[in-house]
Amino acid sequence: MPWRDTTVDVPDPIIELRRVSKSFGKQRVLDDVDLKVERGKCTVIIGRSGTGKSVLLKHIVGLLRPDRGEVYFDGTRIDTLNERALVPIRRQIGFVFQLNALFDSMTVRDNVAFPMVENSAVRVSQARIHELSHKCLDMVGLGGFKHRRPAELSGGEKKRVALARAIAMDPAPKVILYDEPTAGLDPQRADAINKLIRHLQDEVDVTSIVVTHDMKSATEVGDRVLMLWGGRFIADGPPEALTGSKEAHVRRFVEGRAEAEDVATLSEPERPRMG
Amino acid sequence: MPRTSTLQTWVGGFGERVSTALVSFGRFWVFLAYAASFIPLDLLSRRGWQRLLPQCFYIGTRSVPVLMLTGAFVGMVLVVQAWAQFDAAGLGDYLGAIVNISVVSELGPVLAGVMLAGRVGGALAAELGTMNVTEQLLALRSMGADPVRHLVTPRVLACLLLTPLLTIYADLMGAVGSWLVYTLVYQGESAPYWRHTQDTLELWDLGTGLVKALFFGAAIGTVSCYKGFHCKAGAQGVGQACTEAFVISFIAILALDFFLNVVINGLYAIWFGFRPLVEL
Repeated sequence: MPWRDTTVDVPDPIIELRRVSKSFGKQRVLDDVDLKVERGKCTVIIGRSGTGKSVLLKHIVGLLRPDRGEVYFDGTRIDTLNERALVPIRRQIGFVFQLNALFDSMTVRDNVAFPMVENSAVRVSQARIHELSHKCLDMVGLGGFKHRRPAELSGGEKKRVALARAIAMDPAPKVILYDEPTAGLDPQRADAINKLIRHLQDEVDVTSIVVTHDMKSATEVGDRVLMLWGGRFIADGPPEALTGSKEAHVRRFVEGRAEAEDVATLSEPERPRMG
Repeated sequence: MPRTSTLQTWVGGFGERVSTALVSFGRFWVFLAYAASFIPLDLLSRRGWQRLLPQCFYIGTRSVPVLMLTGAFVGMVLVVQAWAQFDAAGLGDYLGAIVNISVVSELGPVLAGVMLAGRVGGALAAELGTMNVTEQLLALRSMGADPVRHLVTPRVLACLLLTPLLTIYADLMGAVGSWLVYTLVYQGESAPYWRHTQDTLELWDLGTGLVKALFFGAAIGTVSCYKGFHCKAGAQGVGQACTEAFVISFIAILALDFFLNVVINGLYAIWFGFRPLVEL
């Protein structure tokens, strides 16, 4: 399947963004973005640093609200909901943050158990929390690390704990959002994380959205890859078609090659990090 | 197009700063009210106590030694400063009364508050600020937990409850410290020292000191958490939040102390009239 414009119709999407725009100050980060995410598939969003990939992800879980446009989760419009009304939506979404966002004051086990303690629709018994947190830690190969604190873990281990926390819900999440899951990791650890994402995709049967600028990761984990450029998606297609793209920006990004116009844009201010 | 004069630029800039300050002030009160709205529910729930008790340990138990030392030195210094004057006037026996009233109603709560602003306020701003810049606050929200309820309410409540208790420690050590210097260094007698203290010091003095401490605790907890929650990115942002948390808490303590003294002294005068501390 060739790369194409992003007006592809996905029947019964689990997540849908309709003409979403978002600006920070004078900088427009998302510009009339449309996106439909297919159920049970892994959608990868690639793009240069500061192009708004993380901003888009945060709109899906209601951490940011669009200036214009609509965001839907499983048929429910969520961009108009208040924090309390968003809780049932968030119960269905796991989020792996770029900086892992593990709670320093808690052990690995308590970090993983946190979503079940704080965010379950029904009260989950201690035995069930114990069982599920162990299962999730075993799934990411960190069963023996439950009493450690995040500060005692390596970058790859922290990422795996963050992954375990994202899936540790009862019932299991419908969607997992990954924000730069391999950023800052060595190639071997990055590969291990990619395999884990793929394994979770198959094992837990969730819908995944992965935001990355790591092309190896994009091709390994994605069923569909979209490229964000200048606040809009400029391409959409299966990962194997990435290298054959006719679009110059896509080709240069995939090949990791910068030309004069790309170098010129380096002096442009990147979007400020939003807390 | 007409040129903007220097005065217009200055007035515009000044107006913008005033407007920003007012908005920030308003946000602070909304933040305070929102955090306080969870207190009744948290006091009635097991999860609330699970969040509160570790903060009580950190804010309270670990502050005891430094608060006791502060109190002791305050009492000791007051005796050293006042002894010569009181002794020359033949009022050495009244020293305990004056020193202990000063410690219990004024210096104990204020210095305990200042110590806590430095020890606890800075740490709270740094902890929450770091959580902010490392996306932990966003992670809490993404998991359906309210960061204010989860992080701010227990910390503010712990400051609110424990500052008066820690002030009692500081008061106690202030009294003991002053008594030790009075008896060991200046060879004063214990019996008149404590008798005059007992005759002069009223429950009102102790109560007003503790009421002040309650306000100081609330100010320390809320200001520090607010600064942590709204800190700018990076290590510099966290550092700035810590500094601002201490400075604003410190100023808030002194300002609150002034206004509370005006109110408390006014109420005392209305209900009990004038009270001479030394009856000659």
